[in-house]
Amino acid sequence: MDAPQQHEITPWERVQRARHPNRPRTLDYVRAMTDDFVEMHGDRRFGDDLALVAGVASFNGQTVVVIGHQKGQDTRENVRRNFGMPHPEGYRKALRMFEHAEQFGFPVLCFIDTPGANPNKDSEERGQANAIAENILKMAGLKTPIVACVIGEGGSGGALAIGVADRLLMMENAIYSVASPEASASILWRDSAKAPDAAKAMRITARDLVELGIADDIVPEPAEGAHTDNVATIANVRQYLQKHLDELRKLDTDTLLAQRYNKYRTIGRYQEKTQSIFQHEHTEPYHNGNTNN
Amino acid sequence: MKELIRRTRKSFTSGDRQSDPQIPDNMWAKCPACGQIVYSRELEDNMKVCPKCGYHHRLSAREWLTFLDTGSFEERDMHLLPMDPLEFVSLDVSYAEKLQQAQKKTGLTDAVTGGVGTIEGIPLVIAICDFSFMGASMGSVYGEKMSRAVERAADLGVPLLTINSSGGARMQEGLISLMQMAKISIALTRLAAAHQPHISLLTDPCYGGVTASYASIADIILAEPGANIGFAGKRVIEQTIRQKLPPEFQTAEFMLEHGMIDMVITRSELRAVLSRLLRLYRRAPQPAPVQHTAVMAS
Repeated sequence: MDAPQQHEITPWERVQRARHPNRPRTLDYVRAMTDDFVEMHGDRRFGDDLALVAGVASFNGQTVVVIGHQKGQDTRENVRRNFGMPHPEGYRKALRMFEHAEQFGFPVLCFIDTPGANPNKDSEERGQANAIAENILKMAGLKTPIVACVIGEGGSGGALAIGVADRLLMMENAIYSVASPEASASILWRDSAKAPDAAKAMRITARDLVELGIADDIVPEPAEGAHTDNVATIANVRQYLQKHLDELRKLDTDTLLAQRYNKYRTIGRYQEKTQSIFQHEHTEPYHNGNTNN
Repeated sequence: MKELIRRTRKSFTSGDRQSDPQIPDNMWAKCPACGQIVYSRELEDNMKVCPKCGYHHRLSAREWLTFLDTGSFEERDMHLLPMDPLEFVSLDVSYAEKLQQAQKKTGLTDAVTGGVGTIEGIPLVIAICDFSFMGASMGSVYGEKMSRAVERAADLGVPLLTINSSGGARMQEGLISLMQMAKISIALTRLAAAHQPHISLLTDPCYGGVTASYASIADIILAEPGANIGFAGKRVIEQTIRQKLPPEFQTAEFMLEHGMIDMVITRSELRAVLSRLLRLYRRAPQPAPVQHTAVMAS
């Protein structure tokens, strides 16, 4: 793995870069790196969610399904896109497109860029938890390759809802966390101003997540961040997506699913006492997270 | 008027919730819902359901085991112990210390207890969350024990019962915590292939990663009356929408009304409903479990 050189950038600075308003968004990537993109709309149940975009496109001559959170680049567009925070209908649109990909044998490319799933009354009434859970289960057994890339912010369950993939890529300045640094600091230490400490403690950077066996590869960004050079950034992402997709396409479906099973089944670290607890405490550490590297 | 009285009582009692109104040695216990004083023995005999108002008190994993046939439970995976995978840098109490405190308080190693047992003689795999262990937050041990329970049910060809309760992620395990959602879900693909049902019982409270993964996509979803169930916490939503939410929001009854669960059942009905379900989903007479990989038609 060619992990890019890490400069003296703090995790909190990466959070700022990951959220930079001028970073390329899902549709920027899709429009630049694919041909014949056709966007699909609606979940066939309730509505169309603009915070999550999906469609089919030609990626280096191969038809793929693309799914991604969509943030805006200005306030107006962000309001329209709900800051990239999907409602259940957004996730159900994604679910429909996962099934679509399986039906037609298209690989899936996912672009993750969300502060999280939308937390409001409507979302709860329409089953936000259920929508996310359904997607995770669907991806777990989907009979076609899935490559996901965190292009900005990976926010908790709202990110995982399109992020159970055969390969999970992180952009160099992307972050992926179980709760935003602000929320983490608030939950842990009752002070959201401690967010920079939380950003460090929670180990949310690309390098951290490769070390923890969760992310598979890091896509390099221009020296000052993705927002400084869209063309170069998109070219890098395209190259990495292609590389991983090519590797996955060589696998038959059974092997693909077995590898995916193993990848997720082994995430986590615990120890297991192999002897009776009444003997001298003989413990064997399990560093399962490392087995994927 | 009734509403008003109930509300004042609630706010009056909510303050001393921390001091735990049900100290086991006490003869009397105060119901945190209605505030009435109940004879402890009566509460125990009533499966910890308040005889005055029907409030379902939270049960420990050990207490839940009494819903199985007496003596049928055999614990599995009890030697799994939590670690500190992030070497978490806390600004106050370290993760190791928090774990030790929780272990001392509960006598458990982590939040999930799993094993095999029977209900009315029908075997099943059971996994139970204990909210008193760090809010049954989902870390590596939670995910591993739950996944092993799922796989065990698939391998044995028996149904899986999960008794769920969780405040959400184990923050100190960072993204590893989130990934347990994917881990348990991927194990569930094996249970589905074995054609064995997953019955999920949602108890108070169920939030975050647990509701946003395996607990919400079970083949049969039951919930206890009044249990709080949701994705985002009430406070988070109130901050987002800047208005108060009604008291019935995110209750088991609310979930039923919105089509998210199959039924709300009281504790006194639970065993009967479970045994009925287990009978219905049993595919072959005991003691010869059907191998679903075998060709059945021949």
